[in-house]
Amino acid sequence: MAVATTFIAGLLFGLGLVVSGLANPEKVQAFLDVAGHWDASLAVTMAVAVAITAAGYRAAFVRGKPWLSAGFQMPRSKAIDAPLIGGAVIFGIGWGLSGFCPGPAIVAAALGLTPAVVFVGAMLVGMMIARLFASRSSTAAKSAANTA
Amino acid sequence: MMNFTPVSAALGGVLIGLSAVLMMATMGRIAGVSGFVSRLLPPYEDLDWPIRAAFVAGLIAAPWLYRWSGMHVEINQPASIMALVIAGVLVGFGAVYGSGCTSGHGVCGIARVSPRSIIATSVFMVSGMATVFVIRHVIGG
Repeated sequence: MAVATTFIAGLLFGLGLVVSGLANPEKVQAFLDVAGHWDASLAVTMAVAVAITAAGYRAAFVRGKPWLSAGFQMPRSKAIDAPLIGGAVIFGIGWGLSGFCPGPAIVAAALGLTPAVVFVGAMLVGMMIARLFASRSSTAAKSAANTA
Repeated sequence: MMNFTPVSAALGGVLIGLSAVLMMATMGRIAGVSGFVSRLLPPYEDLDWPIRAAFVAGLIAAPWLYRWSGMHVEINQPASIMALVIAGVLVGFGAVYGSGCTSGHGVCGIARVSPRSIIATSVFMVSGMATVFVIRHVIGG
């Protein structure tokens, strides 16, 4: 049940990316090109998605517990730190360069489009590097905490 | 060729929003694509692999369903393969290191008014716009 529901959520998400034009790098770059022929379409997508999510989350939290799992798993970190900012800067450069972010790249790669498949392969490498990086620094932080 | 398409943009936003709400209401989770994808890779921290795989499978099925319903999926990627390799590594690294991407920070995080997500989204928007500016109007100018 949980797997089927999550599959439907992924399907809705992917359809949203295709319908909105977010799956199309040309359209994403037109949105990011504020100094050129700026295409504001994706600002509309973001605004609508955020509004629906905000309202829906509010309704979901009223019940106090999700339907198919033990509890809400919210991100715990509150820190505005260097990884957050640095990660976002790096992410934005790659996003601007290619017009792809993770969801749209997977949707495009699913159709077997070579540029998207290449991008997703490189993206997985980047993710692995970041995870190794993060687990190493958290191990370092833990051992520092232990010795302290 | 590119033009403002507010109706399809809004409709896509509705679908993305519904997906995010469905994930929270049923599974109690943020619909963050980079989080789901990156945790399909080792090292494994929990037993939620099937859930993440199901979301990604939905993403993969989506363009096929759309195409099967008789619609055309418009995807034009003008970047060179070299640029895509570099961009892919940057996007993958940045999304994981910065704890989220356009979905997790940009949609879900802003919706729950998370200061981290609002800052991350502002930063990657500006960074993305600056990159396109350099490519199109400085180098390409």
